[in-house]
This record gives sequence, structure tokens and C-alpha cells, in this order.
Amino acid sequence: MAKKTIRTIPQDRTPIPEQAPEVRAKNFDEVTLGYEVEQALNESMRCLLCPEPACVPACPVSIDIPGFIEKISNKDYRGAYDTISQNSLLPAICGRVCPQEDQCEMVCPVGETLEPVAIGRLERWIGDLAIKEGWASIPYSKPNTFKIGVVGSGPAGMACAADMAKAGCDVTIFEALHKPGGVLRYGIPEFRLPNSVVDTELENLAKLGVKIECNVLIGRLFTIEDMLEEMGFDAVFVGTGAGAPKFMGIPGETLNGVLSANELLTRCNLMGAGDFPRHDTPMHLGKRISVIGSGNTAMDAMRVCLRLGAENVTCVYRRTEAESPARLEELHHANEEGIEFHWLTTPIEILDDGEGNVRAMRCLEMELGEPDDSGRRRPIPVEGSEFELETDMVIYAIGTNPNPIIGQTSKLKLNQWGYIEVDENMAGSIAGVYAGGDIVTGAATVILAMGAGRDAARSMKAYLGIRDSERACQIQDDGPMNRLFGIDIEERNFARIRIA
Amino acid sequence: MSFPALLHWSNSADTLHETSILAEVVLAMNKVGKNCKTNRNGASDGSPGGLELTGGNCGIVAREDFSDVTFLLEFHHPMMARAARPGQFVIVIAHEDGERIPLTIADFDADKGTVTLVIQAVGKTTRQMQEICQVGTKIHSVVGPMGVPSNTKGPKKVICVGGGLGVAPVYPQARAFKENGAYVIGVIGFRSKELMFWEDKFKAVCDEFIVCTDDGSEGIKGRVTDGIELALKGHDDIDELVAIGPPIMMQASVETTRPHNIKSTVSLNPIMVDGTGMCGGCRVMVGNELKFACVDGPDFDGHQVDFSDLMNRLARFRPDEKKAVENWEGG
Ligand SMILES: Cc1cc2nc3c(=O)[nH]c(=O)nc-3n(C[C@H](O)[C@H](O)[C@H](O)COP(=O)(O)OP(=O)(O)OC[C@H]3O[C@@H](n4cnc5c(N)ncnc54)[C@H](O)[C@@H]3O)c2cc1C
Ligand SMILES: Cc1cc2nc3c(=O)[nH]c(=O)nc-3n(C[C@H](O)[C@H](O)[C@H](O)COP(=O)(O)OP(=O)(O)OC[C@H]3O[C@@H](n4cnc5c(N)ncnc54)[C@H](O)[C@@H]3O)c2cc1C
Ligand code: SF4
Ligand code: FES
Repeated sequence: MAKKTIRTIPQDRTPIPEQAPEVRAKNFDEVTLGYEVEQALNESMRCLLCPEPACVPACPVSIDIPGFIEKISNKDYRGAYDTISQNSLLPAICGRVCPQEDQCEMVCPVGETLEPVAIGRLERWIGDLAIKEGWASIPYSKPNTFKIGVVGSGPAGMACAADMAKAGCDVTIFEALHKPGGVLRYGIPEFRLPNSVVDTELENLAKLGVKIECNVLIGRLFTIEDMLEEMGFDAVFVGTGAGAPKFMGIPGETLNGVLSANELLTRCNLMGAGDFPRHDTPMHLGKRISVIGSGNTAMDAMRVCLRLGAENVTCVYRRTEAESPARLEELHHANEEGIEFHWLTTPIEILDDGEGNVRAMRCLEMELGEPDDSGRRRPIPVEGSEFELETDMVIYAIGTNPNPIIGQTSKLKLNQWGYIEVDENMAGSIAGVYAGGDIVTGAATVILAMGAGRDAARSMKAYLGIRDSERACQIQDDGPMNRLFGIDIEERNFARIRIA
Repeated sequence: MSFPALLHWSNSADTLHETSILAEVVLAMNKVGKNCKTNRNGASDGSPGGLELTGGNCGIVAREDFSDVTFLLEFHHPMMARAARPGQFVIVIAHEDGERIPLTIADFDADKGTVTLVIQAVGKTTRQMQEICQVGTKIHSVVGPMGVPSNTKGPKKVICVGGGLGVAPVYPQARAFKENGAYVIGVIGFRSKELMFWEDKFKAVCDEFIVCTDDGSEGIKGRVTDGIELALKGHDDIDELVAIGPPIMMQASVETTRPHNIKSTVSLNPIMVDGTGMCGGCRVMVGNELKFACVDGPDFDGHQVDFSDLMNRLARFRPDEKKAVENWEGG
């Protein structure tokens, strides 16, 4: 095949089928439907297979992007999946929720003249195919005697658990909520990331022999120190997420009708409040809803409100659309679905209807001044611009503070903001304790959390003296190890053994 | 695209059986016996070794009905019984589609491996629990202990006040104060004699005990505030007052001590969802600061609490709660 150039590749980015905005704004089904095989093949042709690809270093976990795309165009789909699996454990999830436009797709040279290669969509396509076909990248591993505890079942915990299980350890994840998955379960809604996808990834963990114990609040039922000193865990990974929602400290924040996006999303996604009273958890949705903030959490909250039947949903953000931290696709979808945006607006007071409920929000218009620490232009209030926005429900989506429970119950060192302090190996201040994800970095992304979980696993293995073997280890077909963790030998595609 | 059927995680009671990892863990910890020390805010317990282990399965081992609406459930969860401290609570889900509701740990017994709740049937979930939670069944899901344990060390003379159902959650605190050498004055209040429960159990950990009933059918005729005033008259060296009950009763109680400048602790009961600090639904105003009751509390300085704010927030879902009951009664 002749070398591909920007001129010879399909010029247009292959569109992805989506539910029409009017239809989808009333249901919880997935918004983007995913590629069909022809579409994926077509899109895979657009990759130039750069000898020194810009996309790979721009990927937080360095997926061999041209490698897997080339395999797609060669119709070696299983091979493409295995390539991704070497770096990412959750392609069906990350393909859906990664901010690709700020990562791999931002630097892809195709994007200089045309639209960049739709790397995320291809990744998702492979991830979905793997689920459909029941592929799992489960390497064969010889069990060792190490016992690993993982606190929190979000992407960080899942990734660390998977890698440690693959290394042959006995891994247990402890989750405080009654269902595992972290933000993937209670935060990101069904129409963006179906629960069935999260379930499959968790099922893959179970296939690796990972045990998941829900309803265990670490720190209170037992502490991290207990796990190491008395319960026989050789190492512990802490991936408890960022957690506690921020409020602004303006008057009226405890009125009924004011809540955090986390509360709204938890009630809806985890507790089924959209289906009240069949499910016991109520929601009491407003009619005219304002959401403060413009990140992914805000977009999710707004779009959930629409689907639950709100008449009007408004986004209030103190900067402009250009500074909005949400994924481009979500912003775009929210726009299409009819969310109203009040850019350059900040609330200063939430007003009472006289009976303890929200009636309106007093706001100020802003303008952008000099850049601040984050490099974004600082919003400053416009004098005399005060106005009242009529609203009966105010939802805060302005970020999170670290969850205090681990700090309250463990000697693990925290930094000045209350996040867990780790060294370059993700090791915390107690020997054998590692941490990663939002509880270390503050609210970030799924892929970074997953990457952190894997980095921690690497350090943990070094700490425990487990070495990854480069070479696939040949195992006799009739050996007792053949169906380790109940998995057929065919299911494995590479092997890791412990070298004592 | 077809995805595999939803998995079942070990979240419900029936999977936390003898072979569950938690059970193994308790076993392992009990082997360690007296070394079984934990550090929660400096509290260390000498939980005894040799705890009989039959599994932490949330199976209900005892139930007692105190009245038409108030009942006690004792369930099996050795790990929790070992970890629980006065002032902490659990979150219960009664069935698959149930709501997460917080309930205070009214008693715990590390030897028996059981935890006790006292519940008032006020709405859909609690009434349904009253119906379905029988000895021999399991509670669908329980997580805990949650919240910062009460500080029961230090004060030499305390008044522990329980209003109605509040008698149950304040009891473990009274007992802990007593164990830590304090002089404990118990004040309990009920509408009338028939509604009383645990008076003997409570009395046993008190040096003085005052019963108040609205109708005078037992003890003094009056409210708990009258009982507190009586206690205050008899002692000018009270270090702390702990009051648990309906918000209005806690508010009235801390007003009695305000003029005397006596430290007054209350246990707040705002509407909660996760109980892990993640949703902010339980936020309360304390000294003009926003606090999350599930992780910063539930104990707070009663003189600083904005009770009217709390009471307004408790009414947040009134119409929905009514609907839930109607829907449930309708089948
Ligand atoms: C609404 C929303 C939308 C988002 N959208 C995107 C997106 O589109 N793309 C993207 O890349 N990122 C997105 N993010 C961010 C992303 O979800 C997080 O960065 C990521 O989930 C962090 O993973 P984690 O494993 O560190 O923690 P989490 O996912 O927060 O999981 C932590 C888990 O630990 C549990 N836990 C906490 N404390 C304890 C304890 N003491 N004992 C036991 N268990 C405990 C929690 O219950 C939770 O299940 C979004 C976040 C939110 C809230
Ligand atoms: C820390 C804490 C400890 C508690 N301890 C006990 C206890 O030991 N015994 C006991 O009987 N009750 C206790 N409660 C109150 C108990 O949680 C509620 O009575 C219960 O949730 C009511 O649910 P329902 O469906 O039966 O009634 P509903 O009709 O739903 O509610 C009745 C009233 O209970 C309150 N309530 C409703 N949902 C919640 C919720 N998710 N969280 C908190 N309050 C809610 C509201 O004020 C509501 O008006 C405690 C509450 C808290 C926060
Ligand atoms: S940068 Fe773009 S064109 Fe180059 S390898 Fe990566 S995806 Fe393909
Ligand atoms: S109950 Fe959700 S933060 Fe307290």
C-alpha cells in the first residue's frame, strides 16, 4: 500500500450516529450510538500512521494509537484490542469519556488541515466490540501469596486491582457505597456511559479473581492501619476520589431546592430517583433549574434534569464558553438539547420564596480581566449589572474538596489542601500504602485516575518484589493452572509470572 | 448491542455470609485477640478476643416492639459491632429499590457481634421495615459505622438527655461516660408512660435519673427541659450536656444551658444520601459555617446550630414522602 498522505486519506471525519436532540432529551438511552464496522474501517483509514506519532505521548497512558488503528484497518480487531489493553484497561469507558480534544486528538497532525482522526470513537468501537465478543485481556498469572487491599472502586481502584490481580495477587476492593464503580456509577449518567459497560469492566475484574466488597466504609469499619497491621494485607491502594462538593458560601445555600450536582446525580443514577415512587428515593425536581458551573459535572446535571422533565435548564458560569472545562462533545450536546447558557454570570445570593424554598437567584454579570494562576482570564464583576434570575432549583457543580474520612482515621500524610501526599512512585507516607486518582490530584479525569492506579500497581509490585515477565510463559494444557480463576486458557493472551 | 446481564455484587446481606472475606477478617482479628486495638480519634478499645463468629450477615437476631410505632432490631455484624462507638450511625437500605436511610447505633456488643437499632416508623421505609424486618430475616444492606464518634472522655459530670426515640441513641453515650468515670445524670422524656422504653437499661448507667412525661403518667409532669432545669438546680458543676431527640427538643434543651455556659452537644439528623461526605445533602449551618453532618458530625455544639434551618431542610421532601406512603399503602 502506498504511503498515506493528508491528500489520500478520507477527508471527512466519519460522523457518528446520534439520537436526535429532541428525542434523546427525553430518554436516558445513550446519545452517541457508536460506529458500525464500515464506519470504523473508514475512519481508521484516516490515520497517517506517523512514524513518530504525536498522539501517543499526548495520551495520559501512552496507548499505541497508530498501532491499534493499523490493526483495525487490517481487520485484526482482536489485535487492536490487545494493543489498547497493554496500556488501558477500560477502552469502552475511556473511549466515551476521555477529553480527547485536549489529548491525543489535539495534537494529531491530520487536525491541522482537516478534522483530526476520531481516535476516541475508534477506541470506543474496539472496547464495545470486545464486550460484545466477550474478549477479555486476561493474562495468565501464577498466584502468589500477596494480599492486596484496594479502597474505593472508581477507575483508579479498578485499574490498580486489575494489575495486581494479573500479577497473581489476592486482591479485594472495598467500596463504601452499595454498588461499585465510583463516579462511573453514581456520577456519569446512563446516556453518556451505560451502566452495562461499567458492569462488564467490573465483571472482567471478577474474572481476574478480584473480590469486591461493597458497604465497607474504610476508616470507620476498619482503618488502613488495621488492614496492614492486623488483617494481613501486604499493600493497600487508596483511590477514594475527590468527593465532597463545594458550595460558594453565598446567602441562601441551605434553602430547599439547592443541592450539589453530586446529590442530584447520586439520587438519579445510583438510587433511581427518576423512577420515584417505584424506587423509594425522591428527587423533587424543579421546573426552572439553574446549574452553577460548566464542567462535565454541570453538563451531566443539566442534561439529567432535562430528561427528568424540567421545563427550562440554565447554565450559569462566570467565564465564557471558551474557558468551559467540559468535554467539547458534552458542551455541544448540551447546546443541541436546548440548555440555556448564561456565560459571564455569577450568583451572589439565592432568594427565598418565604417558605424556605428557592424563588430566584441574584446574579452579577462579569467581564474577563487579566489571566489568573490557571492561565485563564480572571472574571471580574461588572458594576451595576445585578439582575434576578427566576429559578426554583439551584444545582452546584463548581468542584469538590477532598473527602475527610481517610484523614480523620489514618495517619497517612495529607497535603495542605487535604489530598493524600504521594511521592513519584505513588507511595504514601505509610510503608505499603499507595494512592492515586482524584484523592491525590483533586478532581481530574477517568484516564488519569486509571493511569495512576496502574502506576501505583507498578510501584507496589516493585515494593513486594514481584517482577513482570516479558516473555509469555508456556503452560501445559492439562496443568491445574489452566483454568485459574475459572478462565479458560484460550482467554489469556500473555502471561506474567512471579520470579521469587 | 447486548451486554451481559447485570452482575450481583456482594452488597446485600445474603452474600455477607460465613465465608465472606469480612468474616474471615474478623476471625483473623480475633485470633490477634487483645492486640485488637483500633485508633479512631485516639479511642482505643480492648475488644475481647474469642468472639464467636457465625458471620456478619446482617441477620436479625432480636426484635422488640416498644409501641405501635417504635421497634428495636438487633442484627449480626461482628465487624461493625467491634468498630462501633457511641454517637455513630449506620445507613440501611431495606430492599433492592430502597432508599438509603440513616439510623443511629443504639447499642453494640462486640462479644455477641451484634448491633442494635431503635426505629420509629414514620414513613414509607421505616414502616416497611416494621413490617418486613423479623427475626430470622436479613436486613438488605447496612453500612457503617459512620460519623465521628462522640467524645465521652474528659467531662466529670454530664447530663444525658433523650427525648422520645432519642433515648436510644443517647444511651451508648451515657454508658461510655459512665465507663470513663463521669457522674451521669440521665433525663428522659416521653409523651406518656406507655411509650417509655429502656428506662431500666438507661437508669443502670446513671447516677441520677429523671423521667419526664407530658401527661405526668410517670416521673415529673413536664418536658425534658424541666428535667434539665431540675438537674441544673442540684448541681453547679455540670461539664457537659448531651441532648438527642427531635430538633425542637434539642433546641429547647440547649437553651436551658446557654445562660450557664455549659458545653452542649446535640446529634443532628438531616436528610442524608450516601453518608460518606460525597453529596452534601446533609449540610447544616453551625456557627454560620456549612458542615456536612455525616462526616463532620453528627455531633455538633448545640449553641452554634441553626435549628430553624435544619427543621426547614427536614421538610424538603414532605410532598414526596406523602406520595411514597400512599403509593405503598395502595399496593
Ligand atoms: C458528574 C461527573 C462527570 C464526569 N465526567 C467525566 C468525563 O466525561 N471524562 C473524564 O475523564 N472524567 C470525568 N469526570 C471525572 C472522573 O469521573 C474522575 O476524575 C474519576 O472518576 C476519578 O476516579 P477515582 O478512582 O479517583 O475516584 P472515584 O471515581 O470518585 O471513586 C472513588 C470511590 O471510592 C469510594 N470511597 C470513598 N471513600 C471511601 C472509603 N473511606 N472507604 C471505601 N470506599 C470509599 C467512593 O464511594 C467511590 O466509589 C466526571 C466526574 C463527575 C463527578
Ligand atoms: C444521623 C441520623 C440518625 C438517625 N437515627 C435514627 C434512629 O436511630 N431511629 C429512627 O427511627 N430514625 C433515625 N433517624 C431518622 C430516620 O433516618 C428517618 O426517620 C428515616 O429516614 C425516615 O424514612 P421514611 O421513609 O420512613 O420516612 P419519610 O416519610 O421518608 O420521612 C419522614 C421524615 O424523616 C426524615 N427523613 C426522610 N428521609 C431521610 C433520610 N434519607 N435521611 C434522614 N432523614 C430523613 C424527614 O425529616 C422526613 O420528613 C436518623 C437520622 C439521621 C440523619
Ligand atoms: S497523530 Fe493522528 S495521524 Fe498520527 S498516528 Fe496519531 S492518530 Fe494517526
Ligand atoms: S449524606 Fe451525602 S454528604 Fe452527608
